[in-house]
Amino acid sequence: MWKYLLKRVILMLITLFLIASLTFFLMKLIPGSPFSAASKLSESQLAIMNAKYGLDQPIPIQYANYMINILKGDLGISFQFNNTDVTQLIMNRVGPSATLGLQAMIFGTIFGIFLGVIAALRQNTWLDYGSTLVAVLGKSIPSFVFAAMLQYYIAVKLGLLPVAFWRGWEYSILPTIALSIFPISIAARFMRTEMVEVMGSDYITLARAKGASSFEVAFKHALRNALIPVITVLGPLAVSLMTGSLVVERVFAIPGLGEQFVKSIQVSDYPVIMGTTLLFAALFIFIILVVDILYSIIDPRIRLSGGKN
Amino acid sequence: MKKFIPFLALTLVLSVFLAACYGGDNATEENGTSDDAESSAPQELRVIETAEIPSMDTMLASDTVSFSTMNNVMEGLFRLNKDQEAVPALSDGEPEVSEDGLVYTFKIKEDAAWSNGEPVTANDFVFAWQRSLDPDSGSSYGPYLMEGKIKGASEIYNDGAEPSTLGAVAVDEKTLEVTLEKPISFFTSLMAFPTFYPQNQAFVEEQGDQFAANAESLLYNGPFVLENWTGNTAAEWTYAKNENYWDAENVSLEKITFNVVKDPQTAVNSYESGEADITSKLSSALVPQYEGDPNLVSWLEPTIFWIKMNQQNEALANENIRRALALSIDKQSLTDNILNNGSIPANYSVPKEFVQNPETGEDFREGNGDLLEYDPEAAKEFWAQGLAELGTDTVELRYLGGDTDTAKLTDEFIIDQLQTNLEGLTVNLESVPFSVRLERDTSMDYDLQFAGWGPDYLDPISFSDLWITDGGNNHMAYSSEAYDKLLKDAESTLANDPAARFAALQEAERVLLEEDAAIIPVYQRQANILVNEKVDGFTYHFVGPEYSYFPISINE
Repeated sequence: MWKYLLKRVILMLITLFLIASLTFFLMKLIPGSPFSAASKLSESQLAIMNAKYGLDQPIPIQYANYMINILKGDLGISFQFNNTDVTQLIMNRVGPSATLGLQAMIFGTIFGIFLGVIAALRQNTWLDYGSTLVAVLGKSIPSFVFAAMLQYYIAVKLGLLPVAFWRGWEYSILPTIALSIFPISIAARFMRTEMVEVMGSDYITLARAKGASSFEVAFKHALRNALIPVITVLGPLAVSLMTGSLVVERVFAIPGLGEQFVKSIQVSDYPVIMGTTLLFAALFIFIILVVDILYSIIDPRIRLSGGKN
Repeated sequence: MKKFIPFLALTLVLSVFLAACYGGDNATEENGTSDDAESSAPQELRVIETAEIPSMDTMLASDTVSFSTMNNVMEGLFRLNKDQEAVPALSDGEPEVSEDGLVYTFKIKEDAAWSNGEPVTANDFVFAWQRSLDPDSGSSYGPYLMEGKIKGASEIYNDGAEPSTLGAVAVDEKTLEVTLEKPISFFTSLMAFPTFYPQNQAFVEEQGDQFAANAESLLYNGPFVLENWTGNTAAEWTYAKNENYWDAENVSLEKITFNVVKDPQTAVNSYESGEADITSKLSSALVPQYEGDPNLVSWLEPTIFWIKMNQQNEALANENIRRALALSIDKQSLTDNILNNGSIPANYSVPKEFVQNPETGEDFREGNGDLLEYDPEAAKEFWAQGLAELGTDTVELRYLGGDTDTAKLTDEFIIDQLQTNLEGLTVNLESVPFSVRLERDTSMDYDLQFAGWGPDYLDPISFSDLWITDGGNNHMAYSSEAYDKLLKDAESTLANDPAARFAALQEAERVLLEEDAAIIPVYQRQANILVNEKVDGFTYHFVGPEYSYFPISINE
């Protein structure tokens, strides 16, 4: 187990290094100047600015400098937020995104799994069709439409919740719902398919034959096995939710990472692009590891080391 | 709007500066608001802002959100008022100006103080200006606004001359003497620009890297102080009234809350649900639904959009081809049907209602009228002639445009007009983000480019300067001896003769458009904003900072 983990961690670091390198060179291929006042600067003024930020050096040297700085834990400074440290910039922004993502993930998964189980247990009834409808709508309505509708009807028309901003828990309700519609539909669809299959398997028949109640059969025996594929898709989904949604953050005016990341690409804010990409990548790799470990907890047939014990 | 016409007429007559009076209802109503400061309504305001404050260091700022914030929590020698005139702020009255117009001597108000109680001194200005010319400081607006204007600025920034050689000297604690490279008629309005604000040397040095990092690591000398600003990623912050401000008795508002909203529909929704009193500028699609709404405040911005034609392209080097392109766009149809937000067709390169003849008070546009108006028939003739001169019957051009929704619609409309009116023309649209467009502008990697310009100072030169040979913003290989000479005269021999200088700049515009058809002006933008009716004294500006909040009072 520990040997396996060590191997995985080393692989993770190599992956991160490759991602950092690839992003660095791809980013340098994007045309654009990071100086917002570039159109007003003369050529000699621009040259002085480029020299100050080391942008006049050949790209391989810039790359080497950047990599050395990362190893020292220095992600550089942002251009669009005049000289602010990128680490601090991300720290300031990650809170709201992570809070929303976590809430949406918890609410979405629980509600989605519940919908899926109900649909599977009551196949071809109105409960099943209803849950399918929710899942299909959730997957097919673009989030900007859903978020805008929630805001308009619930906040503006009915005045039940705040329209936007980030000042307290009640401000997070609408964005959480808007964000959770996707995990709900994913979880519900996967859960239903798996449950139907598992409920037809031999060991469930055996459990029934032993006289277990249908509640016990469904939740004690069937659910655990049916969760495996759901966890496979939900792991990476959690990362993308927690690192911020551009659309939901824009519509509800939430100061998160999603909006900032997209903007940093548009304005060629190189250090912020790199910093955010590295964070996303690290989280992603980490979650995949966690998912692998979870498999073995849920299903003892899966062994992490894969070899003989 | 109708019932305000008498109001409008009255203000027109009364104001010395005739241009800026089309601000709309709220702007013209504001006379005497400071008198009803006793109103019982809570003096609190909630404002939607479009972006975070990137920097509160006056030297580093280069965007309107920063400039606007500085304009309200800090102060320079001058300020712009609601009529877009520069009026003394920290300066005790108008400065003394030498005969040759090169030396300005400012007296600083005795009671002007920083929020830590220290007086604002002449050295605070000298320190701040020198700081922004240090190449290591990363200031972009420092060199941009000072080079070629303040004596010695260019040598300090480019050649490493001693900062003390700058033409800004503290004669005594309260006297600042500024020496210019050349006479600048709009110099006092330039002093309203935050880059020229003072900084308290002892405080800045004590804070070091932390200076301007958040509300606590700043000193204020304006009508308000910043509160709860945690730094440049903060999406919400507040102003509180600055009781130490020298004119505090004329400031009614006690508190202003700002929230960053990037989605235009969300801005309107929060206004509609009563969570905000002033929105950000409405996007074009939202304007029609508020047409006729008494709370909609609109004004013509001095911002023009035009198409630059890169003369490195063989076809565009031909004057007849350029003229044909310029005459074949139905701008009226564009502003009526595509933009539909009150923007007007532009047949000029210096905006309407922006600057006036210093002698007669006549608008810049009155003298020059419309140049390069839509005329598809004439366009076809010029086109045929141009093609004959080039010896071809087809022309293919790349068109560089923005990537926003409005930009794409506008670009598609323009390309359709060009291709419909000019036979044998193919235009290929390339929609790119702003920063990419800037870079391709600099490297002149385009044929046609849709671009816009807003001025940084209250003078036509803010626009005329763009097109001199090899100018920092020309980037389209336009070069005209006649144009260069007119600009040079305006900046040298005519510099102390405002009326003749004004005429020279008008003549320069005629050379650019009428004689050379060097650019295709398209439209001048209108700003539209929702302001709750209980807000009196909403004030906007044409250059630098966009808004002043201290003239505002809340009435119920």
